[in-house]
Amino acid sequence: MPDLAIIIPSVLNGLTTGALYALVALGLTLIYGVLHIINFAHGALLMLGLYAVYYLNTRFGLDPYVCLLIVPPAMFALGYALQRGIIGRAGHGRDENILLVTLGLSIVIENLALFFFKSDTRIIDTPYSFEVVQIIGAFVPEPKVFAFIGAFVTAGLLWALMSFTDLGRAIRALAKERKGATLVGINADHVYAMSFGLGIACLGVAACLLLPSYYVSPQVGQGFVLIAFTIVVLGGMGSFVGALIGGLFIGVVEALSGLFLGESLGQIGIFAIFIVVLIFRPTGLLGHKV
Amino acid sequence: MRTLIILAAVFAALGLVPFFVVSDVWLNIAIMVLYSALLGQAWNMLGGYGGQFSFGHAAFFGTGAYTVAVLQVQYGINPWIGLFAGGLAAVVVAAIIGYSTFRYGLKGSYFALVTLAFAEVLRILSNSVPITGAGVGLLIPLQVAPSNLQFADKGSYYWLVWAMALCAFAAACWIGNSRFGAQLMAVRDNEDAARALGVRAYSVKLRAIMLSGFFSGLGGVFYAQYFLYLDPHIAYGASVSIESLLVPIIGGIGTLFGPLLGAVVLHAISEVSRDLIGDVPGISLVLYGALLVVMVLFLPRGLAGLLIRRKAAPQNRKKQEAEHA
Repeated sequence: MPDLAIIIPSVLNGLTTGALYALVALGLTLIYGVLHIINFAHGALLMLGLYAVYYLNTRFGLDPYVCLLIVPPAMFALGYALQRGIIGRAGHGRDENILLVTLGLSIVIENLALFFFKSDTRIIDTPYSFEVVQIIGAFVPEPKVFAFIGAFVTAGLLWALMSFTDLGRAIRALAKERKGATLVGINADHVYAMSFGLGIACLGVAACLLLPSYYVSPQVGQGFVLIAFTIVVLGGMGSFVGALIGGLFIGVVEALSGLFLGESLGQIGIFAIFIVVLIFRPTGLLGHKV
Repeated sequence: MRTLIILAAVFAALGLVPFFVVSDVWLNIAIMVLYSALLGQAWNMLGGYGGQFSFGHAAFFGTGAYTVAVLQVQYGINPWIGLFAGGLAAVVVAAIIGYSTFRYGLKGSYFALVTLAFAEVLRILSNSVPITGAGVGLLIPLQVAPSNLQFADKGSYYWLVWAMALCAFAAACWIGNSRFGAQLMAVRDNEDAARALGVRAYSVKLRAIMLSGFFSGLGGVFYAQYFLYLDPHIAYGASVSIESLLVPIIGGIGTLFGPLLGAVVLHAISEVSRDLIGDVPGISLVLYGALLVVMVLFLPRGLAGLLIRRKAAPQNRKKQEAEHA
């Protein structure tokens, strides 16, 4: 049994990574909650966001946190266009078709990235990359602390948007009762695309917060896809609070199973949770019965 | 009966290919077409006839491939025995996945994601345990002899994969015309209605995934013996799962000849693109992905859907359902 001096930093590390996972999962759960579709291209789109931040930083010298003003809106537009132009048209009444189309999109995006950006793993250099903060005796890199705070701020903003704005009300109405919402004059296609865009904008935020303490390569999104799905099913499909708690939980599980089982086997913990939760409680720990 | 005659005629003609094609390059393409058709038909049994879309057929493929390879390399067991052991091991994995998902009524996207997660778990395991050679992979020693399931000429490999594909297509033909197949398709079209008519949906789906897993496992055995090398990424990576579902989706899911048509079209496209664009990494996958998007958007019934139009299929299905009512 390793003593607390090893476990505490590991848990803290897991919590900060988990907050980022939560941010990625927030977008996924928003899209699922409203459109009832599973976006398989989530990881590939995150990768695009990371490259956008990377090039804005290296070509134009923009700080990743300044990119928060540029990348999320751009990702929002991309998401809106994808939903309106491709994904929304592909369902034909079966949700597996959406899964297939988003799978196809992720293959296209990832391999185009491989073609244009090459397979090199890239990192950016910021003045604060190696700054640390001391928390209960453990050192945590500053960017991870920012990311942790940023994840909660984003979740709060999203919650406020859903609760207090007309768009939020329209989204919730549509999620509950499509026919009724359409009858009172909500443009379903537009609001669906807005929701999808918001979900993808979350990825833009995640990309800005992630890159200072992470790396980018064309395959980087693949690791996030199943993790984000795990968080979403764990927290309950469509639940924001569930995604936050699920994200933190998965982050800690990954860190601890990496500590006890070794790097290569560590990820098994996540998939085991995924399979067990999906089989025994597909509505998630906090979700409602369908 | 008519489909059986057409099937026999098509495979008889396919069996003659090595007599007419002498170039190893073309024979290799023909082998890869039949291999894709085999994987596609395996997926089609569960995904097409059964409506259960799997994203993790690599779990069966990789298990078949690793079984034959590990038995040979670590235990010196003859690959002809490994051939059947590989198929059976894949059936066991299929039974485990089927039991744990269908038992609890998992379907649609959830089923797809869980199969993917199973394949990932197997990939991580095969990457971590010494028996599979972990990340380094497993090299099957070159000992060319028919008794070793290794052949000097491509023609013999062609007949091997031809025989496997023949079995898979015959099984699919049986599904299309048997009581079991009618039950499977009834579950696909409306599970609640099928259950109300007395179809045991769980056991029907379980049998379908085991059958599907068996042929996917055979595909893995063929891969291992043909290329004589395996690593976790080849065996359990996403590309096998994607190829398995792409082939029938292009050709026409739930149709007997869809996977063959899809395999031909897929390889034709990738060969032509290689000629036109050159060997740029990832480009053929970009095409695969784009093809998947285009097919689902515009031709969700596949190319076969163009050929049979709307009249034949749905009516037949209704008739079959009525017969078993």
